Amino acid sequence: MAETLTGAQALIRALEHAEVDVVFGVPGGAILPAYDPILDSPIRHVLARHEQGAGHMASGYAHATGKVGVCVATSGPGATNLITPLQDAYMDSVPVVAITGQVATRAIGMDAFQEAHTWGISMPCTKHNYLVTRVDELPDVIAEAFHLAATGRPGPVLVDIPKDILNATMTWHRPGEIDLPGYKPSVKGHPKQVKAAVEMIHRSQRPVLYAGGGIIKAEASEALRHFAEQANVPVVTTLMARGAIPDSHPLALGMPGMHGNYTAITAMQRSDLLITIGARFDDRVTGDVATFAPDAKVIHVDVDPAEIGKVREANVPIVGDARTVLEQLIETMSSLLDGAEPPEREPWFSQLAAWQEEHPLTYHQDPDGPIQQQYVIEQLHRLTRGDAIVVAGVGQHQMWASQFWGFERPRTWINSGGLGTMGYAVPAAIGAKVGMPDETVFAIDGDGCFQMTSQELITAAIDGIPVKIAVMNNTSLGMVRQWQKLFYGERYSAVDLTDHTPDYVKLAEAMGCVGLRAETPAEVVPTLEKALAINDRPVVVEFKCDPEAMVFPMIPAGGSNDHVVLGPEDLA
Amino acid sequence: MKHVISVTVENKPGVLARISSMFARRGFNIHSLTVGPTEDPRLSRMTVVVDGPEMEQIVKQLYKLVHTVKVTELDPTETVEREIMLVRVNAEASRRGELLDAANLFSAKVVDVGASTVTFEVAGEPSALNDFLELMRTYGITSLVKSGRIAMAKDLKTTTKRSRLRTA
Ligand SMILES: Cc1ncc(C[n+]2csc(CCOP(=O)(O)OP(=O)(O)O)c2C)c(N)n1
Repeated sequence: MAETLTGAQALIRALEHAEVDVVFGVPGGAILPAYDPILDSPIRHVLARHEQGAGHMASGYAHATGKVGVCVATSGPGATNLITPLQDAYMDSVPVVAITGQVATRAIGMDAFQEAHTWGISMPCTKHNYLVTRVDELPDVIAEAFHLAATGRPGPVLVDIPKDILNATMTWHRPGEIDLPGYKPSVKGHPKQVKAAVEMIHRSQRPVLYAGGGIIKAEASEALRHFAEQANVPVVTTLMARGAIPDSHPLALGMPGMHGNYTAITAMQRSDLLITIGARFDDRVTGDVATFAPDAKVIHVDVDPAEIGKVREANVPIVGDARTVLEQLIETMSSLLDGAEPPEREPWFSQLAAWQEEHPLTYHQDPDGPIQQQYVIEQLHRLTRGDAIVVAGVGQHQMWASQFWGFERPRTWINSGGLGTMGYAVPAAIGAKVGMPDETVFAIDGDGCFQMTSQELITAAIDGIPVKIAVMNNTSLGMVRQWQKLFYGERYSAVDLTDHTPDYVKLAEAMGCVGLRAETPAEVVPTLEKALAINDRPVVVEFKCDPEAMVFPMIPAGGSNDHVVLGPEDLA
Repeated sequence: MKHVISVTVENKPGVLARISSMFARRGFNIHSLTVGPTEDPRLSRMTVVVDGPEMEQIVKQLYKLVHTVKVTELDPTETVEREIMLVRVNAEASRRGELLDAANLFSAKVVDVGASTVTFEVAGEPSALNDFLELMRTYGITSLVKSGRIAMAKDLKTTTKRSRLRTA
């Protein structure tokens, strides 16, 4: 039976069709019509306190669940506040759909109240975007937006809807077939290339599997582990791929890159073959590109052909979905091995073991000294048995969390890798907890980052989203301070956040959360235990940490991965 | 070095903005860009002349745009290229005859005559247009408008392997 709906009703119906269970947003004039039918929909709306929060919540939700995260904002300032999370999701290939209200069609271009050229502004930070011009097209546009966000290389898609279109009426129709003649992501790798890759891997003496975030996005962790074992190849996991293979696995080398561990960095550097899957030779991984992994041939598997050859020439390019290609690699390797064992690669594995022995990740917790963040992270890992989703901000605490948390499963590490967005952790943790309510979601945040989005604590408290947030209070913008300490002769400029401002415990309480504090190493474990025991409210735990601590190893920006700086003495 | 790329796109609002925004963001240099309808009303075709040694990234980034249907880098030896221009030159009475003779050699059409200028329309191979401009410089060019190049592969098998790459 033909059913007449308003554009707003059709929008909500289309979201239901896309199996959306929750949206994160802030209402306003232009999007107002959409907020009425949402009351009658099973879709949950989480009211963020800032649209940036709504955007990162959608991203955290998507990271944790693998589903598309949805955020909603009004026109003008609502939409512009979404730009940071959109760019963040774009850089990290996170499937997000943003719905924004726009001024009425007639008013577009007239500098109307709360008008912004959202379509133009969001174009370079989305995979695709729409300005809806006819109410009839709403069902198809929404279906297309979800299809684009989730398939191929995932990413954010924005749909801008003028207010008159939300108010207009249409005869509801289910979305039709997706018709995008120019959009056909490759899934399967070319069999000839797969065969060439397998032969190259089999011959290689010093191979490294360079696993990127694409492994997580493609749900390819199982296949990755299987292939690594089958081919007997060690695996490095980039910042976006932590958890892609268990850190406890004998073939796992941990994280490479600017603050990676010595073995992961050096294994890539000395490798004769980088089997790159869902990674993009980011400058934080390669350091100086000219001197990066000089002897390595490259197999590059990516769903986005533009990543192949962008930074480093590939000897064997394979366009395809990470999981599908890994399964093809496994099958092809099976027939090549034909029951035989893979090469032992004894000298290579002894070399790796020697490096691990010689240069492990270390820190020292003086029982009478200030708290070291690594100690908090290790103790939290022990108390939770690593069974938690960890969300980080951007800075020193992020690097320590990635280094010292032993990740055992995919989708348990959520952070802003490509854009490095301070303020990501609190809202992303909220989104993750909404998506995975039965998991412990623990944000490890810096005091600087926390102050960028801490208003979302009230969202967590009121909406019943019991996240836990560790504020690593080193009283400074620590990562910037570290660079000033190392490269600007300890001339500290605009990095001091000053002890006790604000009072994080009181701030937490004022926001309806539990506030806890640990000031000495001895207080760390009991305070964490208390935090872990509270599951009916959000908890904020402040740790008063050592302001002088620095993250090592380190490759100074633009430096060569040949020169891993293990401590300040290496820079003297 | 200049390369000519033929880009078939869905005929959707804003598609030109998407292409030019992508060129700006990736730091690719556009020498000229023309766009118009095709034999199929759902599609538009652009001819983009770009500067630079590296075409592979440009082609791949073009494909990455959702509305891009096909990208072909055209081989100059197997391509028909055309451009049209309007050029206004100084034409004092004493040199007018000589000027018109020169223009005749290029089949340039007089489209406007002013008190001390003549305006020509010239259409043809881009290189012929440049030759004509060289010649006109001696008289003094006061105004120039070029359409930008349009190009079409000759009816041979010319698609390069790049045109078959598909994007996510
Ligand atoms: C939005 C934003 N602004 C500025 C920066 C630059 N930046 C990178 S790390 C950092 C300091 C972060 O301080 P804090 O949250 O206290 O973390 P810490 O490094 O001390 O662990 C800054 C300012 C950024 N990454 N993001």
